Order: sequence, then C-alpha cells, then structure tokens
Amino acid sequence: MSTPTQDVAEPASKVDLAQSSGGGGEIPSFDITLKVRRYDPEFSDEARWDEWTLTMYGTDRVLDALHKVKWEIDGSLTFRRSCAHGICGSDAMRINGRNRLACKTLLKDLDTSKPITVEPIKGLPVEKDLIVDMEPFFQSYREIMPFLVNNSPAPTAERLQSPEDRERFDDTTKCILCAACTSSCPVFWTDGQYFGPAAIVNAHRFIFDSRDDAGDMRLEVLNDKEGVWRCRTTFNCSDACPRGIEVTKAIQEVKTAILTRAM
Amino acid sequence: MTATNSEAVLPAQGIEAPRSGRVDPKYLRSKTTSGSFEMAAWVFMRVSGIALVVLIFVHLWVNLMVGDGIHQVDFGFVAGKWANPVWQFWDLTMLWLAMLHGTNGMRTIINDYAEKDSTRLWLKSILYIGSTVIIILGTMVIFTFEPCLLDSTTGEPLPRAVCPN
Ligand code: HEM
Ligand code: SF4
Ligand code: FES
Repeated sequence: MSTPTQDVAEPASKVDLAQSSGGGGEIPSFDITLKVRRYDPEFSDEARWDEWTLTMYGTDRVLDALHKVKWEIDGSLTFRRSCAHGICGSDAMRINGRNRLACKTLLKDLDTSKPITVEPIKGLPVEKDLIVDMEPFFQSYREIMPFLVNNSPAPTAERLQSPEDRERFDDTTKCILCAACTSSCPVFWTDGQYFGPAAIVNAHRFIFDSRDDAGDMRLEVLNDKEGVWRCRTTFNCSDACPRGIEVTKAIQEVKTAILTRAM
Repeated sequence: MTATNSEAVLPAQGIEAPRSGRVDPKYLRSKTTSGSFEMAAWVFMRVSGIALVVLIFVHLWVNLMVGDGIHQVDFGFVAGKWANPVWQFWDLTMLWLAMLHGTNGMRTIINDYAEKDSTRLWLKSILYIGSTVIIILGTMVIFTFEPCLLDSTTGEPLPRAVCPN
C-alpha cells in the first residue's frame, strides 16, 4: 500500500478541527447556553425560562444537552424521548423557533454564539415543561381511519401490488407521528380544530394505496369544514417534517382527489 | 384510486367499515352539514383570483397609463367609460368578484381569529351587512349613473357635468 497523501486521506473527524485540538479523533468541545421553557402546574401557573451553560461536543445533539441537564443538573426537567434515533417520534420540540426532533438536531448546526431556545411544540396543551397533551393530535389521526380497509376476501398469500402502485404513496408511509408538522401549522394554532397535516398525510397513505377500499370515506372525512380546505399552503409542515415528507404536496393531492371525485 | 382488487370486489364481509355513510351526528366535528361549501369557497377563491388579475390590471392600465394617464381621471372620464356597456360590465364584474372574494377571505380570517362564538357571529354579521350594502350601492351607481348633473336652483349643468348638446 502506498503512503496516502494528506488531501485524499479520510479525516479522522468530519467536524472541522481546530489546529490546537490535538490529533485526529479528538472531538472538539464548545460551550452552549441552553434556554428551556419550563412549566410545572404543581408549583406555578406561570411558565418561565431556565438557562444553563454547558460544555458539549461536536457530536452532541440537542437531546444530549437536555440529558446532561436532566442527569447532572436538574432532574426535574421533563421531556419525552424513547428511541433517541429519529424513529419513535416522541421528542418533537420547538428548537430556536422551529419544530425539530431533539435527537436529530446537532448542536454544532445551530448558532452556538446565542442561547439555544427549546420550547414545547405549539397548539397542544402543555402538561409539564416540554411535554404536551398529544390526545387532540391522535384524535384527528384516528378519525381518518389509519388502517387498511379491504372488502374483498383475504387472499391466501399477501395482497400483491405493483411497484408503481406502491410508489404512489411511498412518501407518506414514512410518517412517525411526531406532530412536528401539525404543531407548526398556523391554522392548527388558531383553535386546534383543523385536522392538521399529519392526519392528512396518514389519510393520503391509504387513499392512494391500490389495495385499500375506503378512500372515498377518507375523502369524505377530509371534506369537512375542518378538513383540507383549511390548509393555506404556508409550507410550515413540509419545512418541519423530520422525515422529509412533502407534506404540503400530499395535502394538495388529497384536495385534488376530493375535487375530481366531486366532478 | 387504481384498485388492483376492484375486479374482485365482493359484498362486504362481516362488519362494515366505520363511517361507511351513516355516521351518528354526535361524532361529527361540525353540527352544520355544510356539504361541500368549503370546497366551493376554496375553488371560488382561486377562480375569482385569476379573473381579478386580468380585471384589475386592465382597469389600472386603462385608467392610469393610457392617454393622459392619471391626470385624465375626473368625473367626465368616468362618465365617458360608463357610457360604454363594455366598461359597465367590466366594472360590475370587478365589483362583484372583488367584494365576494374579499368577503370570503375575511370570513376565513374571522373563522381563524375569533375565539368566542358570539364574537364570531358579530364580526361576520358586520362583514356580511357591510359587503351587501357596498355591492348593492356599487351596482346601483354603475346602472343609474347620471352624467348630466344639473344645479337644482338654476337648472344649469354643474361645472364638470357631461350633458348631451
Ligand atoms: C389580484 C388578484 C387576486 C388574486 C390572484 C387573489 C388570490 C387569492 C387566493 C388564491 C386566496 C386564497 C388564499 C388561501 O386560501 O390560502 C386569496 C385570499 C384572500 N384575498 Fe385575494 N386575490 C386577489 C385579489 C384580492 C382583492 C382585490 C381582495 C380584496 C377585495 C382580496 C382579498 C383577499 C382576502 C381578504 C383573502 C383571505 C386571506 C387569507 O386567507 O388569509 N384579494 N386571494
Ligand atoms: S408528516 Fe412528518 S412532521 Fe408530520 S407527524 Fe409525520 S413525521 Fe412528523
Ligand atoms: S427520541 Fe425517538 S424520534 Fe427522537
């Protein structure tokens, strides 16, 4: 093997290393100020901000900063998380004013010269600190019947589908029900009655599934006064989705489906 | 929905899927069965929006750019335009579409921001009454416009009146 030159060698760290930070592999550390919206109805009806200065590493995420506070400084800090790897959808929160998963947001990608603000997602009742009541969100989800409805007898093997038919709704199968989209929608903020992007995304997943027979019913449900027509195309939902789902596009496709069915 | 299974659809088996038509009203979000009103309103906003782009920009162009531009606009200019049925129809369409479009837009905004049902009712009542009055008055002006205004005491035409002779 020839000696690799300096330019082609894979750097020990993908993070930009300062000259002084020693050899490869050493992760740079930096100080951040974490500013968290706190609310505990057992002590006060008022919400407040708490700030901590923490020394974190280039590989750390907002979730790691929250863990550091909870495990080392203030055990009363309350938030949801299960998988810590962007799968379960339990730690959507408002980070620097944008809905993000704390477990998928690297601290180094944020502006660390200013305090990093973390708030609960908007539009749902806050229960404690970063935990909100998700029930209104799941209520809408249940209403669109998020399960396969098929009236023909079950075949002996699986229900076959062509790759093209599968592709039709591929994008909306990726949803992890984190509520980042619905709680970023200004129409949902107003009175919380709007079905919201997540319910429409999950309806889309079945409406455009060739094996499903209840598309008409779901379109009927979403033709409601609080259904797709409340969408004002602000794209907040597409911007918020941690799975990169084209949420606004899915909503538009459902609108078009309702329109074509009516004509 | 290109149902691959559609050829094989048999009578539904077992329990009918939920919401298959007859839903107990107590499970519905809104009491009022508005049918597809919201859909119609959504389509109307887009259709009238497209029409308004043409109507408004031709209106602005003809009034402010053609001829002497902004300096030509006076009582006589308006009288001249409304002597032509095309402009009567143009302005009437613009009035109705802009008013209905604007009113529906305001209805949306009130639905969004009014928190109490009573506030919502009040705001919408004021909106609908206001819009109706403006649409009726505007329509009357276009059709009953009198270009030849006479002074009530002397019977002479007023300074800018446009009278035949
Ligand atoms: C110039 C051409 C126009 C176009 C293309 C247009 C288009 C539209 C469209 C597509 C919407 C619906 C937005 C949505 O549902 O997300 C809308 C909303 C609205 N429009 Fe227009 N419009 C025009 C002129 C006007 C005029 C002249 C008025 C006032 C009389 C007006 C007042 C409104 C209001 C109040 C809304 C509601 C805003 C909202 O939903 O937040 N528009 N317009
Ligand atoms: S569509 Fe995206 S943002 Fe919305 S709930 Fe699903 S994963 Fe979360
Ligand atoms: S903790 Fe599971 S998605 Fe973030």
